[in-house]
Amino acid sequence: MDITLNVNGRPERFSAPPNELLVERLRDGLGLTGTKVGCDTGQCGSCVVRLDGRSVKSCLVLTASAAGAEVATIEGVTTRGGELSGLQEALRQEHGTQCGFCTPGMVMALGELVDATADGPAPTEPEIREWLTGNLCRCTGYHSVVRGVQRACAAGRAEVPAGTAASTAAAPEV
Amino acid sequence: MTTVTGEAPADRGGVLGQPLDSREDPQLLRGEATYVADIDLPGTAHMAILGSPVAHARILSIETKAAEQLPGVLKVATAADFTDVMPLPCIWIPGGVESHFPPHPYGLPGARPVLTGDTVRHVGDPIAAVVAETPRQAAAALAAIAVEYEPLPVVTRADEALADGAPQLHEAVPGNLNAYWTCGDKDRTDAAIAAAEVTVELDLVNQRTINSPIEPRGAVGDYDSATGEYTLYASTQGPHNHRFLLSALVLGIPFNKLRVIAPTVGGSFGTKGYLYPDMPLVLLLSKALGRPVKWVDTRTGLMNSTVQGRDHRQHVTLAGTRDGRITAVRCTSHANLGAYPSTIGPGVATALMGRSISGMYDIEAAFCEVYAAFTNTVPLGAQRGSGRAEAAFLMERLVDRYASEIGMDPAEVRRRNLVPKEKFPYDNGLGWTYDSGDYRLNFDKAVELSGYAGMPARKAEARTRGKRLGVGIATYVAICGVGPSTRMSQEGMLGGTWESANIRVHPTGEVTVTVGSASTGQSHGTVFAQVAADELGIDPATVQVHEGDTQKAPYGQGTYGSRSYSMAAPAVALTARKLKAKLVKAGAVFLGVPEDKVVYEGGAIHEEGNPENAKTFAELAMAMWYGWGLPPEIEPALDETTHFDPPDFNYPFGTHVAVVEIDELTGETEVVAYTAVDDAGNIGNPKIVQGQIEGSIVHGLGQALMEAAEYDENGRLLSADLGHYALPRAADVPFFALDKTVTPSPHNPLGAKGAGEIATVPPAAAVVNAVVDALCDLGVRHIDMPLTPEKVWRRLRGESQ
Repeated sequence: MDITLNVNGRPERFSAPPNELLVERLRDGLGLTGTKVGCDTGQCGSCVVRLDGRSVKSCLVLTASAAGAEVATIEGVTTRGGELSGLQEALRQEHGTQCGFCTPGMVMALGELVDATADGPAPTEPEIREWLTGNLCRCTGYHSVVRGVQRACAAGRAEVPAGTAASTAAAPEV
Repeated sequence: MTTVTGEAPADRGGVLGQPLDSREDPQLLRGEATYVADIDLPGTAHMAILGSPVAHARILSIETKAAEQLPGVLKVATAADFTDVMPLPCIWIPGGVESHFPPHPYGLPGARPVLTGDTVRHVGDPIAAVVAETPRQAAAALAAIAVEYEPLPVVTRADEALADGAPQLHEAVPGNLNAYWTCGDKDRTDAAIAAAEVTVELDLVNQRTINSPIEPRGAVGDYDSATGEYTLYASTQGPHNHRFLLSALVLGIPFNKLRVIAPTVGGSFGTKGYLYPDMPLVLLLSKALGRPVKWVDTRTGLMNSTVQGRDHRQHVTLAGTRDGRITAVRCTSHANLGAYPSTIGPGVATALMGRSISGMYDIEAAFCEVYAAFTNTVPLGAQRGSGRAEAAFLMERLVDRYASEIGMDPAEVRRRNLVPKEKFPYDNGLGWTYDSGDYRLNFDKAVELSGYAGMPARKAEARTRGKRLGVGIATYVAICGVGPSTRMSQEGMLGGTWESANIRVHPTGEVTVTVGSASTGQSHGTVFAQVAADELGIDPATVQVHEGDTQKAPYGQGTYGSRSYSMAAPAVALTARKLKAKLVKAGAVFLGVPEDKVVYEGGAIHEEGNPENAKTFAELAMAMWYGWGLPPEIEPALDETTHFDPPDFNYPFGTHVAVVEIDELTGETEVVAYTAVDDAGNIGNPKIVQGQIEGSIVHGLGQALMEAAEYDENGRLLSADLGHYALPRAADVPFFALDKTVTPSPHNPLGAKGAGEIATVPPAAAVVNAVVDALCDLGVRHIDMPLTPEKVWRRLRGESQ
């Protein structure tokens, strides 16, 4: 079937079988391999992209059902080799990635959290952890990722986000 | 605060030891790194593998014609296509060849063929491979392959596999016994137990676990008919090892006709250092079809094919005095090797565990025996902390049982038995000689940091909220830095275990370091650049690091057993020192002074007492590139290599304290605080190491609380996807309280010890100790992992295990 998607701001028109998954279209059809596949069951979150602003697991979305939507992938967050986004930069400073395989999905999922809370109070540590439950990481133990989100959220705010001081006090430098 | 003991790290004001940001991270954060699944060579065909749906059966027939005629299918291969290909060797034969039944230098009895043609021995056992134009076509064709099976009885537990009348897996291995292995002094230990004032015993199940890197494995084979060269792109921890094993021992092709490339690898934790059938398959099928052949595993495929970890059933005994002095420890273990001996699986199940059982304690008599058996399960290999985590678990559980038996505080019992620092190097009587340590300092620091003394009050407070609070301590010593090649040969390792580095200083003064290791997420590029820059006194930004490609990198053995910083980094440091020595020698010529008047400092040389007579690093680099005026005994150019083989292993150690709260209504266990004080010797980059420590602890907490590879009675893995195999998620863990002590190892020039996996060793014991502490007034003496809410809830209700 003929489908149009707007991917990272670019219209893409193609024909796809009805059972094609969005992640297959992105990786195999459009060559956007920053989106990863880590499981077969929607558990790991490595394939998270944003669909009309909401973070979704692209292995659980049929390409056909996304027709007409705005799709944002990791490739759209920065240009190749380009300056990191505020969230990516905060994660870099906290070493919030190790092997990097889960990272694009994390960045896309957390991007929604950062956007959604931009106008209100910064998310608390439990809120960040809860938000992250859709993304599995086997390397970091999540701590550096949580600290990265705290740093990213603090960057645009005057006050220290709730939970930050206590959390960092509990984790002195190794 | 950092406590430094022994020889303090040299403070040269250099970049080593600084928390530099990881240079790998930006590319990863932008999603630009290339993993195997992202490799798309022109003309690539796609492979899928048919794994057995049953755990044990004779194959009566395989019919592939229907599959061959499906759209896009290029080739369907079975065992009949590969009769001249050798099985995948096992290269760690613990206890020597004689301990095996029957003896064989390459562990071939029971070895896995590339594809099995006559018998399947576990669910997922590869039977056939399909290559097609697209991954979907290849996967669809698997369903059209008709295999007729004659079911055979199934056994999934090591102890049951060794019983009379058990199903037999391999004709060449009667009784399913791969090896009987021992260490320590049996007679002395038995005598000490018989004479003891107090003995405690436990029956432990250290459950099977699945490493679960988030990237499943993959492989791309590319045969070049013009040169006769094969290239393998694979998610591997050890490209050089794979090159040797595949070329010499499996394919029978010249070593120089195989190139192995590890692209970015998405986590490993032990599993990606093994040989798997897909590796020779993509190479052989690429040659057969004249096209690149690519295979990427699925999660369920990974869970039924990639090596799994732990899986011991143990009877353990500790003997001691009434006043808290441990006099003996003894372990009898049944280790489950799975259906085939994996590349180094038998060594993990025996030596790494058995020689480590006495941990941090000074015990006069210790003995361990392991029966390593084949069963109808996925082959066993390394899981982060492999062997050492199993050892720490049994020892630390025993210490808590003992403390409870004699009515002494478990912290005090431990304190009374720690190896005193005057005794180093310390022979633990089981085969390890601990290099260095101040265990008491480390232990006290962790206990204090955890707020241990305040626990009774916290317990009382928790009860007012319907929670039972428990505290558990676990200590460990983790052998790392594999290792001294000759010593490893005595352990039955059939191969060298040294490591190497090459450094080239380019004419313009920039530097390229290449190493034989292969990062799977440990920021090797960042840290090795720091090592080279620190030694040479130059800016780390001018140092490029390469690894993971056998055509570019010097020989090496790869990344496993937390060895990169204590094996590869010392090779980098020693190479830099060779370059410095050469620069001093040549500098004497350039400065026109005797060699002993040349001072190398801050990345430059000058004449002693005359800083005006000097050459910068860049000037030296160019001068060495030109080679003008050098005497015959000094070669031009700056290009040195070191092959580093240490005198012995290194032994990081540490103390962890877990605090849990158990909900009295639901049985849910929450880790509410976790303290870890680890000693990894001198640390190259504390930021990177902190990441390794944090991830390691969570890995260990996963085993304690939720992870289990469960097989049913038919040998079917019930937890074969991430919906059924629970991994820790962000909300399952609190922030940790981390600190360190620093005891440099004398066995390498950096004073380094392993770090990458060490903190996975104690968490399981710490958490189970904490939960048992919380439930001790109910008469609970032990609970097997994982500590699921149901299991704990039943114990709260007074049910027995």
